[in-house]
Amino acid sequence: MRAEMSSTSPSTASATSIASGRSPLAHHFDDLEQQFEASTLGMWVFLITEVMFFGGLFASYALYRALYPEGFAVASRHLDYRLGALNTAVLICSSLTMALAVRSAQLGRSRALRLFLALTMALGLVFLGVKVIEYSHKIHEHLVPGPSFRFEGPQARAAQLFFSFYFAMTGLHALHMVVGIGVLAVLWILAWRGRFSPQYYTPVEVAGLYWHFVDVVWIYLFPLLYLISRT
Amino acid sequence: MAHSPIVPQRVYWLVFTTLLLLTLVTVDVAFYDLGWLNIYLALALATTKALLVVLYFMHLKYSARLIWGFVGAALFWFLLLVGLTGADIFTRDWVPEPPGWTSGENVP
Amino acid sequence: MSAPMVESPRAWRVNYLNVSYGIRSWLFTTDHKRIALLYLVSVTLFFFLGGFFAVLIRLELMTPPGDLVQSETYNRLFTMHGVIMIFFFLIPAIPAVLGNFLVPLMIGARDLAFPRLNLLSWYIYTLGGAFTLAAAIFGGVDTGWTFYTPYSSTYSNSNVMLTAVGIFITGFSSILTGLNFLVTIHKMRAPGMTWFRLPLFIWAHYATSIIMILGTPVVAIAILLVGLERLFHIGIFDPKLGGDPLLFQHLFWFYSHPAVYIMILPAMGVINELITCFSRRRIFGYSFIAFSSIAIATLGFLVWGHHMFTSGQSVYAGMVFSALTMLVAIPSAVKVFNWTATLYKGSVSYQAPMLYALGFIGLFTIGGLTGIFLATLAVDVHVHDTYFVVAHFHYIMVGGTIMAYLGGLHYWWPKMTGKIYPEGWARFAALVIFVGFNLTFFPQFVLGYLGMPRRYHVYPDEFQVLNVMSSAGASILGVGYLIPMIYFIWSLRYGPMAPENPWGAKGLEWLVPSPPPPHNFDVTPVVTGEPYDYSPESEREHAR
Repeated sequence: MRAEMSSTSPSTASATSIASGRSPLAHHFDDLEQQFEASTLGMWVFLITEVMFFGGLFASYALYRALYPEGFAVASRHLDYRLGALNTAVLICSSLTMALAVRSAQLGRSRALRLFLALTMALGLVFLGVKVIEYSHKIHEHLVPGPSFRFEGPQARAAQLFFSFYFAMTGLHALHMVVGIGVLAVLWILAWRGRFSPQYYTPVEVAGLYWHFVDVVWIYLFPLLYLISRT
Repeated sequence: MAHSPIVPQRVYWLVFTTLLLLTLVTVDVAFYDLGWLNIYLALALATTKALLVVLYFMHLKYSARLIWGFVGAALFWFLLLVGLTGADIFTRDWVPEPPGWTSGENVP
Repeated sequence: MSAPMVESPRAWRVNYLNVSYGIRSWLFTTDHKRIALLYLVSVTLFFFLGGFFAVLIRLELMTPPGDLVQSETYNRLFTMHGVIMIFFFLIPAIPAVLGNFLVPLMIGARDLAFPRLNLLSWYIYTLGGAFTLAAAIFGGVDTGWTFYTPYSSTYSNSNVMLTAVGIFITGFSSILTGLNFLVTIHKMRAPGMTWFRLPLFIWAHYATSIIMILGTPVVAIAILLVGLERLFHIGIFDPKLGGDPLLFQHLFWFYSHPAVYIMILPAMGVINELITCFSRRRIFGYSFIAFSSIAIATLGFLVWGHHMFTSGQSVYAGMVFSALTMLVAIPSAVKVFNWTATLYKGSVSYQAPMLYALGFIGLFTIGGLTGIFLATLAVDVHVHDTYFVVAHFHYIMVGGTIMAYLGGLHYWWPKMTGKIYPEGWARFAALVIFVGFNLTFFPQFVLGYLGMPRRYHVYPDEFQVLNVMSSAGASILGVGYLIPMIYFIWSLRYGPMAPENPWGAKGLEWLVPSPPPPHNFDVTPVVTGEPYDYSPESEREHAR
């Protein structure tokens, strides 16, 4: 390996423009640009692991649905598609507010950033609230897999499989929502303390990627679980 | 700073309205019996929505080729998982039964 | 080596080890080099714990009847041996210790892209390890390291949950390491460090990281579903509901086959460095080796079904998986050919790291070729679940990965600690390990071929001779592992100070002092040439 130790050290110079005393540039990056690219790439790579994580469930779902089409169709009708559609709309709204939050951060509009972050969290909470209502219905109707599961008709076993998927997939998704809301809360506090600027808004962008991804998962879950056969 | 570009607000609103409309369409088509087409239609609609979110909200449209590559890899590997697992599950019954064997019904 | 670096006098110099002291400075460090040492300590502990279970297994197998342990205990012994060795030693060993230390140094970066995430991954690993240790203390698990359903999800009364939680958690440490490497290799390379100037060690770790991020989540979800089934009766694998237990095997092996490449690819990366340095030649076929790493990572995902040939999987899928498995042999063989070609007409010297490297090539070749036997459907039906399989994967994992890990540890030990280990002892230990290893595992090929099944603690009398040979070999192997442990610790205190480049090796990590300064490079290096530049001119320069 032929290498020269150059005397030009590209670090430090570019980070000084930040108004606050605390420099957002970590010591091991050359400049904020490199830091931003590394962070967004890191989040995308993380989302790829999430794709595979949910992917294991989606793959299993796809195979079982092909094996037990009638059972899944019958069981799916026990879900309230109106609540599912409502939640889809809520999440799409939250994705919009999240995108606008990132945009506000890019433009340095701190008040707007905090407003949109708060709206996003609120919509996330609405989503979880609706989910709680749905879950309590299912518990009430004995549709939770396990010894208490009650389902009439020849498709009872396949229906229990369907509800196993329903709870595993929506539960995991809801868990991701909870984490997302927590992350946004932290961001809100950081924004309130004035940590972000048009030069440095990497955490907002990265959290946005995560939030939209969780939305995408739901975009698939909704038709796959609620709308198998409504005719 | 050449971070991600600032997307005009109009674009976000346009994507948002399209997403809501597509959700309505998704619900609506589920009420028609189109046979095997239903599932593919639902998946196509969901994929369109997901693409809109990924391209515009997640700024993939404005991102480096590298990130496109990673996203593509994720999809490819997911399809690999479904495909090769399916290759087992859907071909198990293909083996012809030897003559004289009694075909067992599915054990309850 | 055209380095305008002035050899600094043997004065006190700030390095990453003496920059701060105290337990807090280690537990809260974000320095990749210190985190590598944290990992070194923890994987070593797990290695000896896993080895302890192996000792008990080999003791029991000295005699045909089950006189030392009961069958239930034996089930737990081999399960704990497998779980600990695979998830807590082999998978993290090279990436998290050597990779962590070397990836930033080799590409000319001041740290990994996400130093705090790196520390977090060590804590996650430790937490997962704690769960698994707890499971071991409370009586262990008896499912085998594979956790096959429905036994694991419904019937087993051992500590499945604790272990599953431990493995689930540790998986995330692996994911975070992979993520960190990927981003670092993409975004943190020094000026002039183009992709084809990267050391092949980096290429190997890049390929490994791809497997870590694409595979690990799938085993995580599979284990999570087993847990949900045990706790909440979410019965996705439950045959009583029409669920398919084989689906678990698919999800499990989707990761756990490529996991073998998580173990072997970084090992191959180490071997590239050792072979070139100790034969003083450019690597033969750089780009072939680089792309064969990527090819192994990709093809490795297409072959998992060969673990399921006799499970009730469709025979047609079995044929496809069998054929695809043969394909993996191609990039693996490409590497072996290229190493051999690099040795050809090189000025080979037999220092301890090189002994390990040569041992690796031989043992990996045997392990790989017996893998082709097993990939052949009809042969596998004969030898599946016998000691043939056990011998095969130990040749890859122990003969391959651990040999390379030890070789790498010796090679970079002066860099990591600033101390020289005793070369004579090291060569002796390398030979002991090689002999002990072959004596342990070669008889197992024969045993398996004769039909001795794995995972039983009793066996017919006629297998005793071979089993005693294997146990004797295991005790030699155990001694072989203890010797380096002793002299490494000894060298920390009594070893002579290491110069910055004791082997006359090429690569950015050898340009910085040993041990390296806290931020690796005081000035950013600019790379102007290929790696492995062991050309006559540069060699003359080194000799001066």
